[in-house]
Amino acid sequence: MRRQVLLLAAAVALAAVAFSGDRFWLQFLGKAMIGCILAIGLDLLVGFTGMVSLAHSAFFGLAAYALALLTNRLGLVSPLVTLPLCIAFAAAAALVIGWLSLRATGVYFIMVTLAFTQMLFFLFNDSPALGGSDGLYVQARPVNSRLAAYVVIWVALIAVYLLLSRVLRAPYGRVLEGIRGNEQRMRSLGYPTRRYKLVAFVIAGATAGVAGYLDATLYGFVNPAQLGWRQSGLILVTVLLGGKGTLYGPAFGALLLAFIEHYGEQVTEHWNALIAALVIAVVLFLPRGLAGLLHGNPRG
Amino acid sequence: MSLSLFLVQLVNGVEYGLLLFLVASGLTLVFGVLGVLNFAHGSFYMLGAYLAWWLSARTGSLLLGVLIGVPAMVLIGLVVERLAIARLYSRDHLSQVLLTYGLVLLFNELQSVLWGNDVHGVNTPAALSWTMRLGETQTWPAWRAFTSFACICIAIAMRQVVLKTRFGMRVRAGASNAEMVEALGIDVRRLFSTLFAAGTALAGLAGMLAAPLTTVYPGMGENVLILSFVVVVIGGIGSIKGAFFGALLVGLADTFGKVLLPGFASAMVYAVMAAILLWRPRGLLGAAAEGR
Repeated sequence: MRRQVLLLAAAVALAAVAFSGDRFWLQFLGKAMIGCILAIGLDLLVGFTGMVSLAHSAFFGLAAYALALLTNRLGLVSPLVTLPLCIAFAAAAALVIGWLSLRATGVYFIMVTLAFTQMLFFLFNDSPALGGSDGLYVQARPVNSRLAAYVVIWVALIAVYLLLSRVLRAPYGRVLEGIRGNEQRMRSLGYPTRRYKLVAFVIAGATAGVAGYLDATLYGFVNPAQLGWRQSGLILVTVLLGGKGTLYGPAFGALLLAFIEHYGEQVTEHWNALIAALVIAVVLFLPRGLAGLLHGNPRG
Repeated sequence: MSLSLFLVQLVNGVEYGLLLFLVASGLTLVFGVLGVLNFAHGSFYMLGAYLAWWLSARTGSLLLGVLIGVPAMVLIGLVVERLAIARLYSRDHLSQVLLTYGLVLLFNELQSVLWGNDVHGVNTPAALSWTMRLGETQTWPAWRAFTSFACICIAIAMRQVVLKTRFGMRVRAGASNAEMVEALGIDVRRLFSTLFAAGTALAGLAGMLAAPLTTVYPGMGENVLILSFVVVVIGGIGSIKGAFFGALLVGLADTFGKVLLPGFASAMVYAVMAAILLWRPRGLLGAAAEGR
């Protein structure tokens, strides 16, 4: 109950910001909500299926690059055309990378996804045709005003959240949770678990693609660092900080990190130390993340 | 490619691979025996390099810097193990990733507070600042030769310790089945902290040896960390021999890639890793238990 009230309040508050029209807050919270989309998408894998992927940033970056290339090279601008194309591209990449990576399990799975992420990072970073380490400008953005971009991001966040919670309530989502609990058992019950995991990987990749598309729309710019493993690491930290396996936890984790970054920067240039202290404290004292605070027993 | 250019690439690739081996051997053992995925391992390499720069500037000699720096790294390893890593042994890989990621941020800030964000050069000792000729046109700095030699000595010493001593026997037993070692009544806590401190010192030493070659700069640990993960995974988790061959493979692929395929060199290392894992999902020599 508390959870629903909190979620509704946050959604309304974020919507209300749109009416303020303040340029800084639109940009800042727009960015923060993109972080929320990334975090809840990864939570589907990490929290609900037990797959720790470091490839999430790759699909984010691929969709952002896809938008830049579609507009710059082919002159495609309208979101009605570019959005589905970019999401489809991210999903297709997730299908290929997921199909290959899922041959490995456990720590090896983490490392294969890391390898693909770094491979893509260096492909973009080292090739002048794709902008190299400077990245690319999106020459004509699909949505021009900052307010419109903010509204689109808000709608996308709500849509992704509702979609993922719907998926998780469906029998399919129950199978995923079964896989997290004991994959062997689910397989012996007759579920083709690898196919289920692959579908989850593709859904998560597509949501990361949505986030990447929105980011390139909001900033009109994409660079290879957004694709690299550091970014994936940060999304993973966001999920764990907020509380994996809750969907709303990682979303709040992303908002919290955005605020810490913003205010921390004003207080000290060493604001990363604040994040480090928070992260370490959460691991040691709140194994269930910040979402654990909402439940009776945060430690357990 | 001329013969002398090929020779230079070969010795540089081997030297880079040997340095990676120093970092990766600690990573693979901490991973295989302690079961901890340590993202902060690259920070130890970075700390080693900064200590080498700072201590050699203070004492006027890199050799003295290394002699003081290595025990300092052992101490750092013991403290980090006791305060942070020891709390993770019973936790899942995710908590380990999260906590050690926190440590990476912390060490980066520590470096920036203590030593600033400038790039620093480190002088090689006068006795080793000459270069040797390699073929007609190429030269090879004596410090690189010394580094390779030192790494080979350490690798041989590690092999002796792992194969011939009681400690090494326990390490090997721990890598194949840590729970069984504990059940046999061996003081696992001490084994773990010794091993972690040794790994920390090796990574630090690699940083100290690399400092004159690469200069010392913020974030220098990260690239090495990711490449060491590649080495560990290629070789198979917990296998020192695997780490050795994996490191040479990565070192050579990286060095030759930069000459032969300049635009694709960095990506190639990861392509090699992905290909090896798709062919052998447990690495070349890996036999670690499920879920490790």
